[in-house]
Amino acid sequence: MSRSAAEAPEQHRAAPASNPAIVVRGLEKSFGEVRAVRGVDFEVETGEVFGFLGPNGAGKTTTINMCCTLTTPSGGTATVAGHDVVRERDDVRRNIGLVFQETTLDGYLTAEQNLRLHAELYGVQSSLVQARMRQVMEMVGLWERKDSPVRTFSGGMKRRLEIARGLMHSPRVLFLDEPTIGLDPQTRRSIWDYIRTLKESEEITIFMTTHYMDEAEWCDRIAIMDQGVIVALDSPAALKAQVGADRIRIETDDDEAAIAALLERFEIEAVISEGAVTFRIPSGEAFVPRLFEQLGVPIRSVSVSRPTLDDVFMSHTGSSIRDVEESGSSDRNKIMMQVMSGGGRR
Amino acid sequence: MSTTIEPRSAATADRGGAPSEIVRVHVPQRSFASELRAIKIVWKRELIRYRSDRIRIATTLVQPLLFLFVLGSGLQTLSAASTHGVDLKTFIYPGILCISVMFTAMFSAASIVWDREFGFLREMMVAPVRRSSIVIGKCLGGATVASFQGVIVLCLAGLVHVPYAPTLILGVFALQVLLAFAITAFGVMVAARITQMQSFMGVMQMVVMPMFFISGALFPVSGLPGWLAVLNRLDPLTYAVDPMRRLVFSHLHISPIARHILDPGVTWWSWHVPALLEAGIVVALGLVMLAIAIWEFSATD
Repeated sequence: MSRSAAEAPEQHRAAPASNPAIVVRGLEKSFGEVRAVRGVDFEVETGEVFGFLGPNGAGKTTTINMCCTLTTPSGGTATVAGHDVVRERDDVRRNIGLVFQETTLDGYLTAEQNLRLHAELYGVQSSLVQARMRQVMEMVGLWERKDSPVRTFSGGMKRRLEIARGLMHSPRVLFLDEPTIGLDPQTRRSIWDYIRTLKESEEITIFMTTHYMDEAEWCDRIAIMDQGVIVALDSPAALKAQVGADRIRIETDDDEAAIAALLERFEIEAVISEGAVTFRIPSGEAFVPRLFEQLGVPIRSVSVSRPTLDDVFMSHTGSSIRDVEESGSSDRNKIMMQVMSGGGRR
Repeated sequence: MSTTIEPRSAATADRGGAPSEIVRVHVPQRSFASELRAIKIVWKRELIRYRSDRIRIATTLVQPLLFLFVLGSGLQTLSAASTHGVDLKTFIYPGILCISVMFTAMFSAASIVWDREFGFLREMMVAPVRRSSIVIGKCLGGATVASFQGVIVLCLAGLVHVPYAPTLILGVFALQVLLAFAITAFGVMVAARITQMQSFMGVMQMVVMPMFFISGALFPVSGLPGWLAVLNRLDPLTYAVDPMRRLVFSHLHISPIARHILDPGVTWWSWHVPALLEAGIVVALGLVMLAIAIWEFSATD
């Protein structure tokens, strides 16, 4: 446990980068019989955007709740901004900002009143409240709407306002639990723009959960969680590099002939997936010219995709995140899905 | 990058004199002053919400006014013989002053259940302040709002032949504040346990309506059947209605016999309970319920 932050709270901004913002050791949580989180270990560096990726029910929310003092762990320890989440709960709370899955704004108050209320509850210096409020609201593009009651806001605006509110007291760590859930793609994109901007301008550590694969790409590092344990932890690029091969999809005039030719000339086993011939190969883009030259079957279109986090997830858990979501947490359903979809791999 | 944020749109570009440096704030250690500040803002939120909800101000007035003017006028013909020349509206007025406060206080407490349903309660619960500050702020806020509502009914005194005497108004107002506080504390205590709005309203109706009917808001408390007299003495609201009535009747010019029958005062085994003790009972109950509410909210995650 690092004591330096506790002894010098005024200098916490100057904490060295080697000082991790979050340290989690053997963290566990059981609800009765159900072991929601089964001993996880990880560290989040100061200034990092750290993502927790996994299907619903994987234990992401429970883990984030333990880190932000909302749930008491059944075992293990967690230290956030240098403070233990159980013994120094208040100190943790002073140093973190929270954005929950569900909205926690007061719809009857205006945007400004919501933020002011937050500043008062957190004891932010009165002389700075106005300036800070303007800054965070401008960052999420809501300053012009500060006098509107929050109930008139769209889902995306509410979420942006919650992010602004979570930042009102200059937290060292911002926790975001599924910050873009239920939002349209364009709004999700803009929320991510704010999160990236934030990272650069505020020297803040961001810890978030998501079950959108494409969003996890934005994180500096991600931990993939499945059934209460972390199955992989690294940068998105490194995780994808572990999977290696790119995926190539081609549409041809004669798919059967193309598959036969691929096997004969390149020793590649291809399958028809979603109406196109699909196969995997390292450095896919370099392979495309050879493909056109030597395949001997007219090609109508070709697409090369890098390994996605979905591929990473599959390689660690044996099923795609969507399969896990659809089958819920029941293992029997999962097995059935795997049987039906041919072993769970396509 | 230590300077701020690029402008997101043309509209945000005109920031004029706004600071371009990141404004850093600092959350201080918990202190007495920071708790007071939390209490104040929770209290203030109740006021803001009350002010912006005109429909609620109007609807919570309907019931007391129905009792006062419809029931009061309608039953006047029946009761004329027994009220010794006192208007029935005048007689039930102290009771109406109490229920107008009660209903508003109940609705204020109900907002905790809404807050929980809409998630806002969580925002307050995770703040680095004591739970007791939030509960106290909530109770004070509900009490303030309910007292406002009581004042509206207090303004109607002239319509029911009650004079606008300063001592009367101040005394009634003080009693209203105490009652409003006690009822809000009661509601908050219930709201800590009951998380669904429908159940909460059901429980409040089941408790508040009998309390109101038994309290003597609509009838004199002497010469009651034994069972009702016992229930009446056990009903906390009795100890708010009775001093209120004593105060109002002390400013009326009516015959001694009417005073004796209509304003007999609460007795315990034929001992007249002093008005101050009655008010003390209301305050004590309010504090006990506040303590239970704080304990309940502190015990939750």
